[in-house]
Amino acid sequence: MTRETAPEQTKSVTLSHSRSLWEAGTRRRFLQVAALGGTAVLLPTMLASCSDDDDGPAGPDPMAPEGVVTLDLSSDTGVLNLAYALEQLEAAFYTRVVDGFPGSNLSGPEQEALTDIRNHEVIHRDFLAAVLGSARIPNLALDFGSVDFADRVSVLSTARALEDGGVAAYNGAGKLLSDVDNLLVAGKIVSVEARHAAAVRDLLRPGTRDFAGDDVVNPAGLDQATEPGFVIEGNLEFIMTPIRVVS
Amino acid sequence: MTDLFDSIAPVRAGRTLSRREAVRTGAAAGFSVVSRLALASVPVAIAGVIRDAHAQGAPSILDVLNYALTLEYLEDEFYRIGLSAPVGGTLTAAERNTIEQVSMHETAHVAFLQATIRNLQGTPVPKPAFDFTAGGVFGDVFSNRVTFLAVAQTFEDTGVRAYKGQAGNIMSNDTVLTAALQIHSVEARHASQIRRLRGQKGWITNADRGDLPPQAQPTYDGEANTVHAGLDAAPFGSGSGGPAAVTEAFDEPLTMPEVLAIVRPFIVG
Repeated sequence: MTRETAPEQTKSVTLSHSRSLWEAGTRRRFLQVAALGGTAVLLPTMLASCSDDDDGPAGPDPMAPEGVVTLDLSSDTGVLNLAYALEQLEAAFYTRVVDGFPGSNLSGPEQEALTDIRNHEVIHRDFLAAVLGSARIPNLALDFGSVDFADRVSVLSTARALEDGGVAAYNGAGKLLSDVDNLLVAGKIVSVEARHAAAVRDLLRPGTRDFAGDDVVNPAGLDQATEPGFVIEGNLEFIMTPIRVVS
Repeated sequence: MTDLFDSIAPVRAGRTLSRREAVRTGAAAGFSVVSRLALASVPVAIAGVIRDAHAQGAPSILDVLNYALTLEYLEDEFYRIGLSAPVGGTLTAAERNTIEQVSMHETAHVAFLQATIRNLQGTPVPKPAFDFTAGGVFGDVFSNRVTFLAVAQTFEDTGVRAYKGQAGNIMSNDTVLTAALQIHSVEARHASQIRRLRGQKGWITNADRGDLPPQAQPTYDGEANTVHAGLDAAPFGSGSGGPAAVTEAFDEPLTMPEVLAIVRPFIVG
């Protein structure tokens, strides 16, 4: 399984929801498959057959299995659907957060900010759904079992990861948009996500430099940008629906 | 000698005022120059500069980068002076942490944009001379932390809108576009933090300037828009904060002329 093919030439990968998929051995295996430049489909059943053997036969498969959502990043529709997937994730998370206020130790000001953010993310989600119309991907199955909604640190840490990740995703995806109106829409949304990120970070570590900390802003003063093909990978903890990313 | 306006508008012979004179005249007019109504009464040459920028059509990538560099010069110098001025000593620990981090980023942005412009075989515009009192409107900007942070908020909120407004003009170059987006979101982080330090929400509701003086209104004009890509998002606020939340959920762009009108009072040459 060794070929001198750059990962950038990956055409298609399918990501499953299982976090265990990303155990070191499996992950190495995944990257090898991805490097082939074809379609790699990794689903739990297939993983069972290859997780013990790095040299297993998980080869290219041009067909996405039933139930797999495809994001084709070669079109604006695919890129906007990637954004829609993230907004689904964020909206669902903050809806759970707000619903959980009665039993949580989030302060009043924290609840106020998180309610605003919930509203913004629901609006982003519903707006993108309307823009995409019938071309939108289905509702994703999401799992927030790893979050303790009663605990402010758990909630705010998850929010931080989602907001920083969202900012980086939009920053990285802008170059794939070909319609200037779509690029502007993405720009209108990403700066609000960045406002959220700064606010959530400051709620976690008030009065520090964390709102735009050195962990997210590099020495050139640039925020993070994630290559679009890897955005979903960063959220596998929450996304149950298998997603096939095609570029 | 190139300046900001040479970078976005062609120099024409026979103009009554030089660009530099136009800048000075604009500064003397103060913030009032920025309102559409007031624009009709300012010297013809200034209106001409703004119209030129419109008429010229899409600016080049180098034009955009030099425009961004000018805005970063403004922010960089503002924070560096502030941190060493009397006002710097009056900031709370949280305010000082924030301004130090913001200042570090603005200095980095200046260096990054200069390097990028040179990499593209361009020439970075020189740093203009600034008057952060805007001709006396903010006379105590470097001695009063309330004024200092108010001006900081307008610079950051304006910066976010300025970068957003140029995305379409640089989309032919993936590297430049991505870098500009990466700066754009940092400016938005700054804006959110400074707003919250000042007791405001981190995001902009309607076109509200909050507790800022009327002179700052052009930084927020247009932010109440709810139509994006031809689709009105206002209905999506139903059950989720209403139309006001919809305006918070989307930041709006500003054109070059709009931004230049906002910052012109701070540029003296």
